[in-house]
Amino acid sequence: MFDFIVGKYNYWIHIILMMIGFYAMMSKRNLIKKIIGMNIFQTAIIIFFISIAAKRGATLPILEHAHDGGEHAIEAISYINPLPHVLMLTAIVVMVATLGVALAVVILVYRKYDTLEEAEILKKIK
Amino acid sequence: MDMEIITSIKPLLATVTPLLCILLIILSRRIPNLRELWTIIASLVTFSIVASMVKTLYTSKIIAYKLVEVYPGVDIAFRVDAFGLFFALLSSFLWIVVSFYSIGYMRSLDEHSQTRYFAFFAVAISSALGVAFSSNLFTLYLFYEILTVCTYPLVTHNQNNEARSSGRMYLGYLLGTSVAFFLPAILFTYYFAGTLDFSPHGILNGKASNGMITFLFLLFLFGIGKAAIMPFNGWLPRAMVAPTPVSALLHAVAVVKAGVFCQLRVYFNIFGVELLHNQNLDIFLIYFVSITILLGSLFALKQDDIKAMLAYSTISQLSYIILAAGLYSYHGMLGGVVHIVMHGFGKITLFMCAGSILCGARIKKISRLGGIGRRMPITMLAFLFGALSVAGIPPFGGFMSKWFLALGSIEAHQWPILVVLLTSTLLNLGYFMPVVFISFFGKDSESIKGYPDIREPSPFIVAPLAFTALVSLALFFYPYPFLYLAEIFVKSMMGG
Amino acid sequence: MIDQAPILVVIFPLIFAVVTPLLGWWKKDLCYPWVILALSLSSVCSIITLKEVLGNGVIHYHLGGWEPPWGIEYVIDHLNSFILVLVASISLLVAISSKRLVEEENPDKVVYFYTLFLLQVTGFLGIVATGDLFNLYVFLEIASLAGYALIAVGEEHAPFATFRYLVMGTIGACFYLLGVGYLYMATGSLNMADVAQILPDIYSSKVVMVAFIFLLVGVAIKMALFPLHAWLPDAYTYAPSATSALVAPLMTKVSVYVMIRIIYTVFKPYYSIEILPVNLILGWLAVIAILYGVIMALRQVDIKRMFCYILIAEIGYMVGGVGLANRLGVTGAILHIMNDALMITGLFLVAGAVVYKLGGHNINQLRDAFKKMPFSMAAFAVVGLSLIGVPPTCGFFSKWYLILGAIEAENWIFIVALLLSSAINAILFFKIVEIAYYGKASHAHNGDSHGGNTIDEAPVSILIPLGVVALAIILAGIFSGKIVSGILQFAVPPNL
Repeated sequence: MFDFIVGKYNYWIHIILMMIGFYAMMSKRNLIKKIIGMNIFQTAIIIFFISIAAKRGATLPILEHAHDGGEHAIEAISYINPLPHVLMLTAIVVMVATLGVALAVVILVYRKYDTLEEAEILKKIK
Repeated sequence: MDMEIITSIKPLLATVTPLLCILLIILSRRIPNLRELWTIIASLVTFSIVASMVKTLYTSKIIAYKLVEVYPGVDIAFRVDAFGLFFALLSSFLWIVVSFYSIGYMRSLDEHSQTRYFAFFAVAISSALGVAFSSNLFTLYLFYEILTVCTYPLVTHNQNNEARSSGRMYLGYLLGTSVAFFLPAILFTYYFAGTLDFSPHGILNGKASNGMITFLFLLFLFGIGKAAIMPFNGWLPRAMVAPTPVSALLHAVAVVKAGVFCQLRVYFNIFGVELLHNQNLDIFLIYFVSITILLGSLFALKQDDIKAMLAYSTISQLSYIILAAGLYSYHGMLGGVVHIVMHGFGKITLFMCAGSILCGARIKKISRLGGIGRRMPITMLAFLFGALSVAGIPPFGGFMSKWFLALGSIEAHQWPILVVLLTSTLLNLGYFMPVVFISFFGKDSESIKGYPDIREPSPFIVAPLAFTALVSLALFFYPYPFLYLAEIFVKSMMGG
Repeated sequence: MIDQAPILVVIFPLIFAVVTPLLGWWKKDLCYPWVILALSLSSVCSIITLKEVLGNGVIHYHLGGWEPPWGIEYVIDHLNSFILVLVASISLLVAISSKRLVEEENPDKVVYFYTLFLLQVTGFLGIVATGDLFNLYVFLEIASLAGYALIAVGEEHAPFATFRYLVMGTIGACFYLLGVGYLYMATGSLNMADVAQILPDIYSSKVVMVAFIFLLVGVAIKMALFPLHAWLPDAYTYAPSATSALVAPLMTKVSVYVMIRIIYTVFKPYYSIEILPVNLILGWLAVIAILYGVIMALRQVDIKRMFCYILIAEIGYMVGGVGLANRLGVTGAILHIMNDALMITGLFLVAGAVVYKLGGHNINQLRDAFKKMPFSMAAFAVVGLSLIGVPPTCGFFSKWYLILGAIEAENWIFIVALLLSSAINAILFFKIVEIAYYGKASHAHNGDSHGGNTIDEAPVSILIPLGVVALAIILAGIFSGKIVSGILQFAVPPNL
């Protein structure tokens, strides 16, 4: 049981972070707090992806040879998986863009209602 | 007996001609005379196309034309058999008559939106012909629904509150029943039979369990709301808010007859009379519609509005026609089918008379008709002819169909139906004769006394109704070609 | 050129989108023709692709020449080539209609509007074309982000509605991404075909199950499947007219496509039906979505909001079809993707025309609309009839397949839901028609109203797309048999 919890600590962290973010998005009444929650949520997913790429005792996937090093076999086992990293580069771009749009929308909301509290906005809409 | 099948574009042409005429109607909307000319021409052309198919059908052939396949095994296709042609002949012929009548009526009341009126009238006729010529249930349903939708602007022509609520009722009943019952019935039929094509002996025999057949039968019975079988009859009296020519052609002939036509089509060519008979559904059917026959007549008795009375009378008479499917006998079927024509001519005469009274004297109530027969003798004489024909008194056409029905009920050993028929005839006379009597022999009513200018309206109105009244009389002596066609059809189902 | 057509479909809007701001900075008026050009080119390429697929089978396009599973692969089969044509042509139609709408509603943001418009279309097309799970996520977010920005510049409460949409949308996208992550963990691949090949060996794995659930929930949020629909009505109601005409029909349809891909391509029917019977859950959700959607629509007085709830109900049709898990049901679902895209486009284009001409989208603003805008309202009537499911409009045929599929799956409750929603759609539609047709209550018929109808029709740039959509609705109905036998029967996943 202990092994189950500690041995997979990366997943636990990812799940805890995700739930924190999810909670903030769903139940915080302030729009900025929601956005912060959203960011935590997204970051949790990034951490998850990165952590599944990791291997014990492996190094960065950079081939260590000079120009004249010639051909040599690549031991995949000694490198961490680069693909999730690359995916997350793209995902980060997407997330930054989302954040940008979200903030822009929040500015529009603020200009319209002079507040960022959801309850007050809903009152004004009615 | 295998029918020889001929491929011909004629049924398509007949269906499309009224549609083409719409374009011309809309284009010439600024010139009323030209606009009405197009309607007349289209009606004449349509009728001649339909009539030209009669010869082919006499020689036991069938005309077919396939348009497009919409689903494996399901086409939009036309197939003209004796029954379809029978109905098409009636509708297209009466369209000519009513076109003249419409011109007189709409102009004498100075109605608004006449272009819209004539355009949608043409669509309605086109879809009624489509119903007549359908070769399968799908095509039938297609035209059935178009007929519902395109008559909505006609029924609600006045665009006032009364029209609005009647329009709701109209669509509520007709679309509601067709979507809730008719459509699933078609889909189930397809699922079990694997086809929707009409066949002389039905397609469901042996394809589904007895319970399923009964269930389908009920779905069809209630799904085809245009037949106005109780309890789905409420729309018809309400639809009388429409201009009279609409009530005349659509709610005495095209729409309601399309309803009973569909019902008979389904019973004859989807279930097959044998199947109905073996499951005793025919017995259920005749007693079920007997209720409508009697109640319809009773309701008609207490109406004061002329058109409302005619509407209830129609409801009652429509169920006579449905009897055809339940009286498992040669004459029963023949009588029901022939009644489509006999009642059609009689009832259209009555409606046109009601419109004539409205145009000539601005009267809608029966209680105010006292003495009108002396001012408008032709109209009220025509009314008498129509009434006698609908009630089934010799020497009028209606007698023939009722005679056959009576014979049929004896052949089928259904004595109670004979009683129903006779009772209903008495009731028919009960609500028609007082109208005729007070109009000729009653005192002048309030609405007539002070108005010396009450007289027969324009010949455009009087001529058509006099004509159809005479036809009702003539049909007793010369019921061909309708009778021939009906005989061909009934024989084809009885196995030749 | 023809070899490159699959990628050009997506690339054209993308490249043109990048150039749009520059072009707009130089000359604002050029943006409109520029967008039309981009989407026309894209449409042409999509049609070429479809022809290619029909002629030579599935196209595998390797981006940058990298072999799958390492590189990104575009796999164009019958299913997505069909949807590509649909998406490209509908966005072209909406683009044509957008000219006057954008000038009217967002005059200072024309350039950015068109940039985002193209980006969003790029997203839709990319989602449909790609055969790579992660690539799909990227396109999903391109489409969504562009969508947020487009909606946010709408009227009144648009920014707040957008914010809610954004939060929900991001959760959906993140769930999808998480699902992709789990799948990658289990299979080490992102290529759909590759994943599909590896998965059957590890179907028992919990990771795979979690991945499956996350993917489905993510997509369900994006398509606004009940109970995850809450963001949709506000967002699409307040969006600018042109935006809602683009987003409403396409975003949801594209998401349904993704769902079909996940359930039947990435995971095989064996998994999604036998091991984890999501089809049952989807079936139930669909029934609730349909009923909830139409009932809520009934309560609305804002036509755009009403259309949004109709859209939620329509999503239920498609999801329910997918959930039937037989060939007929899935065929119906795919056919309904097309039909519904056409109908919803039609609805929101009408809403656009109404907003443009009558100044708002409250139902009461439609008074006398039939007189003022006869063509728009005629198109609306066609769309409405299709929503009810009156043949020969296309809406009838998807219902036809769905109901037959439901009979086969013996899912009676779905049939009832479909029929009930048809009936309620009829009420909804005639609620609008009544207001638009009757106008002021005191519209008694008298001779004076002849000259009163002043036509004040929406601009041609809206009428043309609207006319095309209305025509397409009818043609798609009549030729639905051909579409199914020619394209869709190959698009339905095998082994069903």
